[in-house]
Amino acid sequence: MKHSVQALEKIANDIRKDIIKMLVKAGSGHSAGPLGMADVFTALYFEIMNNDPKNPFWEERDRLILSNGHIAPVRYATMAHAGYFPISELKTLRELGTRLQGHPERLRLPGLETTSGPLGSGLAQAAGYAYAARMDGARFRVFCIVSDGEHDSGNHWEAVMFAGKYNFSNLTAIVDRNNIQIDGYTEDVMPLEPLEEKYKAFNWHVLDIDGHNFQEIIDAVEHARAVYENPTVIIAHTIPGKGVSYMESDFKWHGVPPGTTDMPGEPPKEEQVKIALNDLRTLGGKIKSEHE
Amino acid sequence: MINKKAKLAKKIFEKDIEMVATRQGYGEGLVIAGEKDERVVVLCADLTESTRSILFQEKFPERFIEVGVAEQALATIAAGMANYGKIPFISSYAVFSPGRNWEQIRTTIALNDVPVKIAGAHAGLTVGPDGATHQALEDIALMRAMPNMTVIAPADAIEARKTTVEAAENGKPTYIRFAREKTPVFTTDATPFRIGRAEILWGPSTGSGRHGDPLVAIVACGPLVYEALLAAKALEKIGIEVLVINSHTIKPIDEKEIIRAAKITGAVVTVEEHQITGGLGGAVAEVLSRNYPVPMEFVGMPDSFGESGSPDELLEKYGLKAKHIIEAVKRVVSRKTI
Repeated sequence: MKHSVQALEKIANDIRKDIIKMLVKAGSGHSAGPLGMADVFTALYFEIMNNDPKNPFWEERDRLILSNGHIAPVRYATMAHAGYFPISELKTLRELGTRLQGHPERLRLPGLETTSGPLGSGLAQAAGYAYAARMDGARFRVFCIVSDGEHDSGNHWEAVMFAGKYNFSNLTAIVDRNNIQIDGYTEDVMPLEPLEEKYKAFNWHVLDIDGHNFQEIIDAVEHARAVYENPTVIIAHTIPGKGVSYMESDFKWHGVPPGTTDMPGEPPKEEQVKIALNDLRTLGGKIKSEHE
Repeated sequence: MINKKAKLAKKIFEKDIEMVATRQGYGEGLVIAGEKDERVVVLCADLTESTRSILFQEKFPERFIEVGVAEQALATIAAGMANYGKIPFISSYAVFSPGRNWEQIRTTIALNDVPVKIAGAHAGLTVGPDGATHQALEDIALMRAMPNMTVIAPADAIEARKTTVEAAENGKPTYIRFAREKTPVFTTDATPFRIGRAEILWGPSTGSGRHGDPLVAIVACGPLVYEALLAAKALEKIGIEVLVINSHTIKPIDEKEIIRAAKITGAVVTVEEHQITGGLGGAVAEVLSRNYPVPMEFVGMPDSFGESGSPDELLEKYGLKAKHIIEAVKRVVSRKTI
């Protein structure tokens, strides 16, 4: 491994702090998903993917397609920490003229690979990359991050079927299984379970992991690399709002940044940002002490 | 009279003029494009034979991808391939693509500005017996409103072939609509063609002085350009000179040529196998109202769905034949103030 688990945890925690700060500055955007996926993104950019922050168009780079574009803040923050652009640029999120659009746009910021936001379309694009790469004998891997909520859409399952037919062993999907979507818990809005069995029925190789355990994330991707017959889906169980006490597993925070809205059962909006950053600072301290 | 520079078919007004569907020109164009550039790939949504993508499939099976009845995946898989560096053509019927997958085309093709070519076959009323569900009459409007998108409706099979070959090279998201029915092949290999440039097919002979100034410019696209030529010929007999302009490219529209024609004639009739709302007529009106307003009449679908029937019966019922164009020309002439 290039980094220790402790180092990765520390990076992810810093990324979470920046996510909070950029959302507060922007005054709008999604909180829960980005915080929940900080560990997966950190693992991908800092440990797993072949990528060069100084050369985002490097032909042999692994491709990361973000299907659920609304969690863009975690991608932006991770890319900034990896060195794609200055961390100071994060504060421009959602501003006029920014490269960090509310939903990611390929032509605005090098390294994004595609434009996304409308749900259900990412896996098909990733499958297109995988197909084209195989045609050309290219060796890079294609990763696709999809939310659990977007499994409601037909476009996603069309892609699941397509990838199962063509056996893209160079394609790895990572499902952000955080159990929430805008209208509530996924199993109330539109039940997805048994999700694992569904993918298996479509000829996918399925792995099930704790999306906050770096060793599990890294091992799962290594395992996927060794599967030659099928595309692999890694169902990563995550805690939406991870790291911020009052946000964790609470669907109310899906699309709301801290500090903008008073909600019943939540800290007053004046307190929200302070508590969030304090929680993350405490976590940062814990990461340090646990490994010392 | 026929513009000699347009080099139209010799048999243009004869009974045994060759009849070929524009979709056939698409299939032939795909093979040429595929031979010229190995980045060209073709994806199809379970309509390989009828979209004529089969011609490419037979020649380049390794570059042909069957995605099944999944038009949203069709567009998004192609977007991924184009992002990587391929030049994908996606084949289906226009009601499904760009009908069903409009948002996917918008987000992943147009906003990404990647060179996916959307081929909408069986567009227009002349799909005939299949009925309203399969008669795409809104596709031009859907695609014309989209930034970065080029929109083309070829007039015959030869032009369809040229369009397909040139679209493979234009580096842009491009929508091309094709028809099911066999229609007259009235252009030739020598007919000038360039995406974005309208061509005058009919007009007074230049420099001879024998003809009067044209009174009306008929701007048409798709196979109905032929009906416009039939109308022009009939009008000439009764002493009404017109221009017939083939505006195969609806976006970017050839503003210069349309303004020039309006200045010469002072009146315009548009002709298309599409809803009057939002199609070629709208595009021409947008150009003229800003630059050189003249009276206009629109020959197209009058805010109505089609129905089952033979192509000819349907064109007759919904007012898209040469005689309807003639009526529109007379109406617009009567509205001219000078």
